[in-house]
Amino acid sequence: MPQNATAKKSPKPTSRKEMTKFQWTLKEIARNKTAYIMIAPFIILFTIFTVFPVALSIILSFTEFNLLEFPRFIFADNYIRLFLDDDIFLTAAQNTLVFASITGPVSYFISLLVAWFINELTPKIRAIVTLIFYAPSIAGSVYLIWQVIFSSDSYGYVNAWLLEFGFITEPILFFKDANYVMPLCIVVALWTSLGTSFLSFIAGLQTIDKSLYEAGAVDGVKNRWQELWYITLPTMKPQLMFGAVMAITQSFGFGAVVTALAGMPSVDYAAHTIMHHLEDYGGQRFEVGYSSTIAVILFIVMVGCNLVIKKLLSKVGQ
Amino acid sequence: MAKLRTRKHKVVLNRSVGGDLGINVMLIILGAFMFLPMLYVIMQSLKPLDELWMYPPRFYVVSPTLKNFSDLFKLMSTSWVPFSRYIFNTVFISVSGTVGNLIFSSMAAYALAKIKFPGRGWIFQVIVLSLMFNSTVTAIANFLTMSTLHWVDTYLAIIVPAWCTSLGLYLMKQFMESSVSDAVLESARLDGASEFYTFIKIAMPMVKPAWLTLIIYSFQGLWNAGNSIYIYSEQLKTFNYAINQIVAGGIARAGAAAASQVIMMAVPISVFIITQSNIIETMGSSGMKD
Repeated sequence: MPQNATAKKSPKPTSRKEMTKFQWTLKEIARNKTAYIMIAPFIILFTIFTVFPVALSIILSFTEFNLLEFPRFIFADNYIRLFLDDDIFLTAAQNTLVFASITGPVSYFISLLVAWFINELTPKIRAIVTLIFYAPSIAGSVYLIWQVIFSSDSYGYVNAWLLEFGFITEPILFFKDANYVMPLCIVVALWTSLGTSFLSFIAGLQTIDKSLYEAGAVDGVKNRWQELWYITLPTMKPQLMFGAVMAITQSFGFGAVVTALAGMPSVDYAAHTIMHHLEDYGGQRFEVGYSSTIAVILFIVMVGCNLVIKKLLSKVGQ
Repeated sequence: MAKLRTRKHKVVLNRSVGGDLGINVMLIILGAFMFLPMLYVIMQSLKPLDELWMYPPRFYVVSPTLKNFSDLFKLMSTSWVPFSRYIFNTVFISVSGTVGNLIFSSMAAYALAKIKFPGRGWIFQVIVLSLMFNSTVTAIANFLTMSTLHWVDTYLAIIVPAWCTSLGLYLMKQFMESSVSDAVLESARLDGASEFYTFIKIAMPMVKPAWLTLIIYSFQGLWNAGNSIYIYSEQLKTFNYAINQIVAGGIARAGAAAASQVIMMAVPISVFIITQSNIIETMGSSGMKD
């Protein structure tokens, strides 16, 4: 081992003080061999399927690549094309921001509010209510029922109801009308969105020490809202942080829901998001370089949003 | 001084009647929004043909029938590939993906949570960073990887990536950190136990809720994985895919479609009902420190 080579001349250093930082690190690595063996399978797979793809996308985003010929380096042409020449991308970017900035925060606050509402119910009832709110997020393609509810013919529940009461004279083609498709997709996405962050909030509220509230009451906390703001939220800050990451990442992941409901491309690109643009160029037109550029933009937007929100949340209660 | 009010022999702090009322009303409205579509699917699946196509549509079912389910099974038996094959595929993918995920994630989680080795800090940072974007970003590059490995149109393309989910590792690591005591591990190490021994015999039995959570998450993801872009061969497709094909048969199959949705949602929901308390317990330590 390398550190032994240097150690031969002088007596082998044994305490941390006698070693250089490098020697100490090598010694620690050797001592913890098992830890590296244990972590190796995960890290190798994680590198292949998560780290490497991000790196590869960044590299390919500067090339033109159609899968047949070797990638050709074209500097920032893809980025220039994306922002200056691709009107549909700009529409998609705008739609994505609208979609994410509504579904993310609304889902986050509904999760938090509902978790807070049900916190004081008895455990049995709380479990049932939790199930009701959580079920849509794990129920697979059940969100397609919204297509039946908003079906374009008079058998659709909403259309029949509107016709019945004379609000409209002919059925509205909800998912084929540029005015309705986006709001409806947002509603359905919200319906499926009470997932991991919701469970995390429920658990966070459960683990708060009850004596904090008693102490708060003595210190002059007057109502449940003050209790929420001064005691509950600061105490469950780590959960708020984790929930935010989950909610933000999720808010950029509703592409499949939109495709299933509105089709792809959606009418007038009214619900076309960056995810769809990516699939269009990567999955259908095989413009790998260009779609990698879209992936890189998406990556930057998602991670950027997360880091900004994390920073903001770290100020809660300070 | 805050007003104290007693309710059911318990001291309840700072609760006004108006607030209780408002919260319950809000909860009922939101609950209805969440629950009614689910109930509607179940109602639809039980409706006979004339009730499915009545005008104006009626929410509830008057003469419930299981005919939609039997129709669904009849349709299944006419499929080109035997239907049992689709079920086998889904079970095989779900089980092998989940088992691998559990083994690799908990091993890595134990090392990150309980062994102080150089580099663990930034490895965890990278894991947390990877929670911040989803698989859309990596899809294209992964497709290139899969075709280079010749894994396209094999199960490997679905199963192997499922072995390393960052959310699974994250939840497992956080839970181990908070519920496996260092003192116990330390005394085992002093007795000469290897890290693998302490991991399997001491740490793992203490984090059963986290296992279950990881299993559920992994299983749900794989169970609902229908149209993977990697699988072309009909005999390798999943149950979810086959069900979607039946549903795509048009409006004449509206009843069978609802029935299939009920079956597809019944599995993950029943699994959640059984494991709910364990999942909530795991989430108790999910918090993220900055």
